[in-house]
Amino acid sequence: MIMLNRENEKNVGELIPGKSILSVDGVTVSFDGFKALNNLSFSIEFGELRCIIGANGAGKSTMMDVVTGKTKPDSGRVIFGDAVNLLEMDEPSIAQIGIGRKFQKPTVFAQHTIFENLELAQKGDKGVFKTLFAKLSGEEKEKIEETMELIGLQELAHSSASILSHGQKQWLEIGMLLMQSPKLLLVDEPVAGMTPGEVEKTGEILTSLAGEHSVVVVEHDMEFIRSIARKVTVLHEGSVLAQGSMKAIQENEKVRKVYLGE
Amino acid sequence: MSKTRKPLILQILQNDRGGKITLSLLALLVTFVAISNLFVPVGSPFYMSTYTVTLLGKYLSFALLALALDLVWGYIGILSLGHGAFFALGGYAWAMYLMREIGDRGVYGNAELPDFMVFMNLKELPWFWYGFDNPLFAFLMAMFVPGLLAYIFGWLAFRSRVTGVYLSIITQALTYALMLAFFRNDMGFGGNNGLTDFKDILGFSLKSDATRVGLLIISFIALFLGYLLARYIINSKLGRVCMAIRDEESRVRFIGYRVAQYKLFIFVVSAVMAGVAGALYVPQVGIINPGVFSPLFSIELVIWVAIGGRGSLYGAIIGAFVVNFASTYFTSAFPEIWLYFLGGLFVVVTIFLPKGVVGLFEKLTAKKAS
Repeated sequence: MIMLNRENEKNVGELIPGKSILSVDGVTVSFDGFKALNNLSFSIEFGELRCIIGANGAGKSTMMDVVTGKTKPDSGRVIFGDAVNLLEMDEPSIAQIGIGRKFQKPTVFAQHTIFENLELAQKGDKGVFKTLFAKLSGEEKEKIEETMELIGLQELAHSSASILSHGQKQWLEIGMLLMQSPKLLLVDEPVAGMTPGEVEKTGEILTSLAGEHSVVVVEHDMEFIRSIARKVTVLHEGSVLAQGSMKAIQENEKVRKVYLGE
Repeated sequence: MSKTRKPLILQILQNDRGGKITLSLLALLVTFVAISNLFVPVGSPFYMSTYTVTLLGKYLSFALLALALDLVWGYIGILSLGHGAFFALGGYAWAMYLMREIGDRGVYGNAELPDFMVFMNLKELPWFWYGFDNPLFAFLMAMFVPGLLAYIFGWLAFRSRVTGVYLSIITQALTYALMLAFFRNDMGFGGNNGLTDFKDILGFSLKSDATRVGLLIISFIALFLGYLLARYIINSKLGRVCMAIRDEESRVRFIGYRVAQYKLFIFVVSAVMAGVAGALYVPQVGIINPGVFSPLFSIELVIWVAIGGRGSLYGAIIGAFVVNFASTYFTSAFPEIWLYFLGGLFVVVTIFLPKGVVGLFEKLTAKKAS
C-alpha cells in the first residue's frame, strides 16, 4: 500500500485548467438492495468550482464516501488525475494524494488548539516515526499562520477548538483542508447553520480557492449556490439528473419537477 | 529551540507541574525509605522494615504498569482490559532467569532443571527455556515477548478496525486464554504454582537488605525513565495525532494518517513498558503465578488509572499508589470489606471525580488561584 503511493503520485499527471481531475464512471453502490448510487457518471475539471445539489437521499454523501475511500462501490470506476484508481486506495492514501474532505457536521479536534488542528492537517510525511521526531519548520509555521489569517482565527491560535462557534468550526475545517494542499476539495454543506455574514465570507473563501484547486461543494442552500456557482450538477436517486449553468438548471423542467417540486 | 538549552529531562517535563511534583515526591520517599532501612538501627522510630522496602518496590512496578495503561487508554483511547497479560509475560520471562539462577540449590539439587520440572519427571530442559540462564537475554525477552504479542494482536485488531467495547472484550479474552494456558502443568511454566523460591539475582542474594533496596531504586529509575518516554511521546506531534485519534478517529484518516499504525506503535510501546514492570515485580514479590493473567487483575489496573485520573500520566502513578496502599491496609485490617471498598471507590470517583484524584487537585488549585 505504501509502495503504491509513490507510483500513484506520478499517475496523477500534470494538472492544467480544463483537464479532468476527477472522473466518476458508472458507479453503483447498494445498501441492502437500495441503490444509493445508480450508475453515476460525471467529471470535474481542474480549477473548477462545482456545486452538487440534490434532495436528501439523492446520493451526495455516498458519492463523497466513494471518492474518499470510505465506501467501496459494487461497480464502476473512479479515476483521479490521469490514471490513479481511487478504488484501490484507503482513506489515508487518498488524502495524501491530494483529495481533502470537509464533513457535513464540522469535525475538528476539540481538545487541540486551532494551531494544532492546522498543524495536524498539514501536508507532509505522515508516517509514525517521522511524526514522533517531527519539528515544525519556519516555513510550515508561516503556512499555518497564513491559513489562520485567511479563515480569520489568528487571534484564537492557542485556544482550544472546543470554544469555537459553529461557523468558526466550519472555517477551521476549511483551513484544515487547505493545510493539506489538496488538488481537489470536497466540501459538504459548508454554510449549514451560519449567519448571513458568515455565509458571505465562506462564499468568498471558496471562490478564491477555485483556480488553484478544484472545489466540489455539496449544498442545500440555493441562495448560496446562486452566489458562487458557475456549473451545477443535480443528483436524483443516485444518478445525474441534469448538469449546466445555474440558469439552465433553474429552467430545466425535469429538475423543477423533482427538486423544486413544481 | 529555546536559546538557553535546558537538559533534556527538563525539556521533556516542561509545563508538566504534576509530573515534576509526583516524581520528586516519589524520589524523596524512595531515598528516605532506602536510607532508613540500611543506615538506621532496628528499633529506632525512623527504621523502615525490609517489608516496607519491598512493598514500595512493588507499588513502583505497579505504577509503571498503570503508566503503560494510561498511555494507551488515556491518549489513544484503547481501553485494554488485558494489560495484565503483558505484565505477566514480562514477569515470567524474568522469573525464568531467576529459576535458572537457583542452579543446584533447589530441593532436588538438579543443576539443569528447576524443581518443578524434576517433580514433573522432565528429563531435559524444554527448548523455550534455553538462554534464560543469561540475564541479558532474559531481560530482552521480558520486553520482546510482550511487545511481540502486542504487535500481533494489535496488527490483527487495528487493521480490521475493531474498536471500543469489542476491542476491550477481546483483550480480556486474550489475558483469560493465557491464564488458562499457564495454569496447565504441561506448558512448562510451573502450572498453578507458578515460578518461585528464587535465591539470588545477578549474584546478589535476594534475602539481603541491600539487594532489596537496590531493586527499589532500580524500580524507581525504571518508572522515571518510563515516565520520560511516555511524556516525550505525548509531547511530540505523534502524541497530538494520538489524541486526535482518541477524539475523532475517522477524521484523522481523512487528513492522511494511517490510524492502525499509530495505534500499533503506542500499543507495543505500552506492552513493552508493562513487560518491564512485570520483570521488576517478580524479584521483589518473590513469585509469579497464572493469577497475574487473571482478568480481574487487569480490571483492577483500569480502576487504578481511573481513580488517579486518566490521560495525565502522573495520575496513573498516583492512582496505583493510592489504591494499592489502601488495598494493603484494608486487606489486613478489614479483609472482608476490601472488595466492597474498592467497588465503592470506583463508583464514587466515576460519579463525583470523572477526572480522578488529579482532577480534584486541578479544581482545588484553580479555586485557590481565582
